[in-house]
Amino acid sequence: MPQTLFEKIWQDHLIADLGDGSCLLHVDRVFLHERTGSIALRGMAEKQRRVRNPGQVFCTMDHIVDTFPGRGDETTLPGGRQFITLTRQEARRNGITLFDINDPRQGISHVISAEQGIALPGLTVVCPDSHTCTLGALGALAWGIGSSDCEHALATETLRVVKPRQMGVYLGGSLFPGVTAKDVMLHLIGTYSVSGGSGHALEFHGPGIRQLPMEARMTLCNMAVEFSAFTGLVAPDDLTREYIAGRPYAPAGVDWDAALNHWSKLNTDVGASYDKELYLDLSQVEPSVTWGTSPQHVIGISSVIPDPSEEPDTTVRQGMQRALDYMGLNAGAAIASVPVDAAFIGSCTNSRLSDLRAAAAVLKGNRIAGGVKAICVPGSGQVKRAAEQEGLHEIFQDAGFEWREAGCSMCFYAGGEGFSAGERVITSTNRNFEGRQGPGVRSHLASPATVAASALTGRITDARTICPDSPAIMASPGEKFGLGVHA
Amino acid sequence: MKPFVTHEGVAAPILRINIDTDTIIPSREMRHVSKQGLGGGLFAGWRYLDGDREQRENNPEFILNKPQYAGASILLAGANFGCGSSREHAVWALLEYGFKAVIAPSFGSIFYHNAMRNGLLAVRLPEASINKLSVNTNATVPTRITIDLRNTKVSSDTGQRFRFDIEPIYKEMLLQGLDAIDMTLKHQPLIEEFQLRDRQTRRWAYLS
Repeated sequence: MPQTLFEKIWQDHLIADLGDGSCLLHVDRVFLHERTGSIALRGMAEKQRRVRNPGQVFCTMDHIVDTFPGRGDETTLPGGRQFITLTRQEARRNGITLFDINDPRQGISHVISAEQGIALPGLTVVCPDSHTCTLGALGALAWGIGSSDCEHALATETLRVVKPRQMGVYLGGSLFPGVTAKDVMLHLIGTYSVSGGSGHALEFHGPGIRQLPMEARMTLCNMAVEFSAFTGLVAPDDLTREYIAGRPYAPAGVDWDAALNHWSKLNTDVGASYDKELYLDLSQVEPSVTWGTSPQHVIGISSVIPDPSEEPDTTVRQGMQRALDYMGLNAGAAIASVPVDAAFIGSCTNSRLSDLRAAAAVLKGNRIAGGVKAICVPGSGQVKRAAEQEGLHEIFQDAGFEWREAGCSMCFYAGGEGFSAGERVITSTNRNFEGRQGPGVRSHLASPATVAASALTGRITDARTICPDSPAIMASPGEKFGLGVHA
Repeated sequence: MKPFVTHEGVAAPILRINIDTDTIIPSREMRHVSKQGLGGGLFAGWRYLDGDREQRENNPEFILNKPQYAGASILLAGANFGCGSSREHAVWALLEYGFKAVIAPSFGSIFYHNAMRNGLLAVRLPEASINKLSVNTNATVPTRITIDLRNTKVSSDTGQRFRFDIEPIYKEMLLQGLDAIDMTLKHQPLIEEFQLRDRQTRRWAYLS
């Protein structure tokens, strides 16, 4: 019987149907960070449970750690030190591989999980972080869990999972130059709402996905959770195999051959069906930017802010009006004229080398507008070093951007460094919720190119108006760069 | 985990859609490596007039600060409640504040699972039913709701009655107060058998 990619991975990991609506699934990799992983590790210690297979468990510092040069265990976040030291202590006690603050491999969980070859096609990967779905880009079944479920995965190497339904997202057509995976995902969420993927595992398929490089696929899958999906998936292909080959934790030798053989079957069979299918023509997507406080409050950069009074659904209409009030915007205004106070490039959505290259292509030889605070936070130490080898840091710094150490940084406000109430931020992150980047802070989600262009003009700006010919704004090919320290 | 069989209490309606876990508990309120000390941060962005933890003043407009809703233990909410971040702190904060159940048309999937794992009952009812539960002609007296998990029934003192669906796994876990890890550890032989077989066919997937 023809099977979908999701079904194949599910069956490969099915230990038992528990008969209560859930299945016991094998978990191949657990990734932890100091924000929520610390709580899971502490919970394990309190109940005197042991990590069943520490060799399959990895941990990083990304959420709490500062991103200033010369950082250490002390953080601008009050009490942040406890998260760091407790995570380190418990990781060591349990024999878990830790990418600590000064480790050259340190970075954002979902960035380094791919970079180090920890997440692979056909694996189940979990992390107490909702953006774990990023790794579906590699063909891994990867999803975010809570801390209690994380303890479950650590103690048993399994999870009890209620099987999601399946949704095919067919990507047809081609992206125009200057339009990125971030724009595609924002467009998808804007079209079908933030609950459009609810209860489903997505598979991005069709010719459109094959044109997208690996890092662009990661951006796409990253925001599956903003679509309320269980996760997003892309069937592995030659690009995937090239991306993985030689990475520190990737299989080698005879295991590599066996893995390639297994991965070659990881696709949706002809004749297999999804519970639901969506179609998206990539040529219809333009650079997208959010105007409100939900990722579904999104429009093309040449559009005007929608009028709530034209929305038929009462609850949605009220949400739109509240969003406009919070954002200090008026219906009918062009989004591409709105002034910004700050620009942020970073996060598990858009902090990889291709993202930084796209932003640098816009910034090169230019200066940001006066009064704009601009920050670039590479997704990992490895991304940072690779960018520096290309001289990207100089482009960012010459333009007036701060150039930081790797981490999640100001994607969210945790009580440490943050933007001020009322400040408007154009940001390459994933959530524009009320207060996400600080109380009263107004966040506009966009691609790194749009963020860079907006930093230059001080207003939300279409990057294509600044460098109309640059192909670098296109997500660049998923080529490999410095593989870092081998395990 | 404490069993959940039936619960009767004051219902507070916050009928916004897409209430995310950042709103339920902002990251800045998660100050310690702990599942405790989170109740004060519940809905902090809406609940207080000023963000400062030490001196902050209640926002009198926010429903949970109104005297008639003091002691509310059932939350009525809009669709996609608990979307966003996986932080289980959202569930711990709701529980510590005193909520025993949330009723919404749909939930963020990670939140839904986290809630059930901690004994916070997440009940799915259609929006129209929730609207009926929220309406009380006597505006000064909030609606009291009874949830009977065994019979999967929700009823109110205003005469509304609804049935709800719940996956058997969550119903049993809540009714009996079961710990999922203890339940799974009983399947240890099955897990070992699976791994023995799997290590043959997917050797490349194992790092140790």
